[in-house]
Amino acid sequence: MESTRIVQALRQALIEEMDRDENVVLLGEDIGVFNGSYRVTEGLLDKYGEKRVKDTPISEISITGAAIGAAMTGLRPVAEIQFNDFMGCAMDQICNQAAKIRLMMGGQVSVPMVIRAPYGATGRAAQHSQSLEAWFAHIPGLKVVMPSTPYDAKGLLKMSIRDNNPVIFLEHKLLYGATSPGGKAKSVVDDLDQTFRPAPEEEYMIELGKGDVKRQGEDVTVVAVGYMVHRAVQAAKIVAEEGIECEIIDPRTIVPLDKEIILNSVKKTGRLVIVTESAGCCGFAAEVAAVAVEEGLFDLDAPVKRVCAKESPIPFAPCCEADVLPDTEKIVKAVKEICRK
Amino acid sequence: MSSVDKSTALELYQTMLMIRRFEEKLFYLFSTRAMPGSMHQYNGEEAVAAGVCSCLNRSDYITSTHRGHGHCIAKGADVRNIMAEMFAKSTGCCKGMGGSMHIADFGVGMLGANGIVGGGLPHAVGAAWSSQYRGTQQVAVAFFGDGASNEGSFHESLNLAAVWKLPAIFVCENNLYGFSTYYRRSTPIENIADRAAAYGIPGIVVDGMDVLAVRGAAREAVERARRGGGPTLIECKTYRYMGHSRFEKPCYRTEEEVRQWKERDPIICFPEVLKEQFSVTEEELKQTEIFVEKEIEDAVRFAEQSPDPKPEDYKKYIFAE
Repeated sequence: MESTRIVQALRQALIEEMDRDENVVLLGEDIGVFNGSYRVTEGLLDKYGEKRVKDTPISEISITGAAIGAAMTGLRPVAEIQFNDFMGCAMDQICNQAAKIRLMMGGQVSVPMVIRAPYGATGRAAQHSQSLEAWFAHIPGLKVVMPSTPYDAKGLLKMSIRDNNPVIFLEHKLLYGATSPGGKAKSVVDDLDQTFRPAPEEEYMIELGKGDVKRQGEDVTVVAVGYMVHRAVQAAKIVAEEGIECEIIDPRTIVPLDKEIILNSVKKTGRLVIVTESAGCCGFAAEVAAVAVEEGLFDLDAPVKRVCAKESPIPFAPCCEADVLPDTEKIVKAVKEICRK
Repeated sequence: MSSVDKSTALELYQTMLMIRRFEEKLFYLFSTRAMPGSMHQYNGEEAVAAGVCSCLNRSDYITSTHRGHGHCIAKGADVRNIMAEMFAKSTGCCKGMGGSMHIADFGVGMLGANGIVGGGLPHAVGAAWSSQYRGTQQVAVAFFGDGASNEGSFHESLNLAAVWKLPAIFVCENNLYGFSTYYRRSTPIENIADRAAAYGIPGIVVDGMDVLAVRGAAREAVERARRGGGPTLIECKTYRYMGHSRFEKPCYRTEEEVRQWKERDPIICFPEVLKEQFSVTEEELKQTEIFVEKEIEDAVRFAEQSPDPKPEDYKKYIFAE
């Protein structure tokens, strides 16, 4: 059966990899008996048993550190951290340990592990809403993946599990297609168009570091990741009515970054807008802008524009949250600004 | 001690002596500026590494600390490769990429020293989990200091290991000082081993200057771990003779305190035990000393003659294929 929702696609990837390789094991808070707070691991405890699907204490340091120790000694752990915000508790293990072990030890060992974590703002206030990809992208030795569709989610997770390095795999809560039990945030996936490509049942992999053109266009390149890909698609439809054709590039992985797909598109359009849900300061959008300026300046016909969250912790009040976050309207505005002739 | 025969006892002595002479040589080499970087020396604590590692198989795992030379030697890594790592040479156990604080030798189950206090404890938990999962009977030992026992990683690691009943042994080297701070100024209890009660596991206090006592406690813990009895916390009361790092002069302790601990120095005291309890002769002790001196000299020569890494060598090690 094809997966029309990211939650199913991720689960399918886990099942395929666990069936293929008995060294793939899962650990995390509430992933077993409770089936995972976003249902990604639903049914996996029943299917694989307590030996391979480990409920852990609320203990992010030991979840991450134990995954590292297990990865160094023959397993391929996939750890779930319940919200990417909680990775703050495990930053030493992620950034000082997992990212550096291979180099520090002169290549004696690799650390094949995945940390999956939900990100993004859904009305849960400042400590459960962030998009933290830039934290991890800044540390050499980590790979950072942010899928936007069921198709990408499955192929990228399978590849991440087989990758011999620590991979941070960030999943947007609104794209799962499942709400957390008791969670009020509504899934948005029913409103998405065919860009939200289902994952077929058959096996396939997507290379880390290969971006994807989510929409073809001639006038302006819009680079977006994760949930923002779909807001960009919506914006593209609006500006198309005024004759502006957006080319939407989804890098899919922050590290490694497919610079080529971005630069090739900019060469064609001469204009670049970058959209992230994270705050702009020192973020992924700034990195893409730097790549465009350093390696594609003479292809640019207009200033580069970033559409990012405002520099604020995410406030609880829905109207305030909306003010902080980028949205379709803000993308439309940015696109029009740099397409003014 | 019935479980120790003469050759084992002599091996314990040789391991401790190897660590001591290694550290003394390093101190000399640092003072001549022949060696780059920084270092944290293990002099005084040799009985802990030697005693614990004597209970382990080559395939068992250990994780170590910033003060990790002794653990690496005791676990059986080649002294030449450790010395070469100190010199940042391409023949070092970490190809010159890690240095003193990151020495590791996966060939002997030494999963790494660690520059972050408490950083290695959860790795031992993970290695123990992996061993339990694969059903290999390997155990994993985490060495750490009194300072690390106030880190969150200590508590999370002991808790997870206890709740999953993992074959892990937590060895606290209580050398009384976390850098400059006397442990009773940072730790509200006399015995760190008492913290084991909070995780429902055995907590043992042992004289860390007595290699046979350390070995006895470790042996019991290793046996418990191998038969599925879960983790143990062993606190070894010990002392570091040197400053925290390099040439630091400890202003936070008295000469008298150092002198008192040195009276129980395992390198001085254990030969008496060897002679009295194990009929070791003066000649055998002398031969051990000669063997160790030669190994260290060989190691220095090997390190000095080894090539530096190429400036771009590090690129090979950032990511695995």
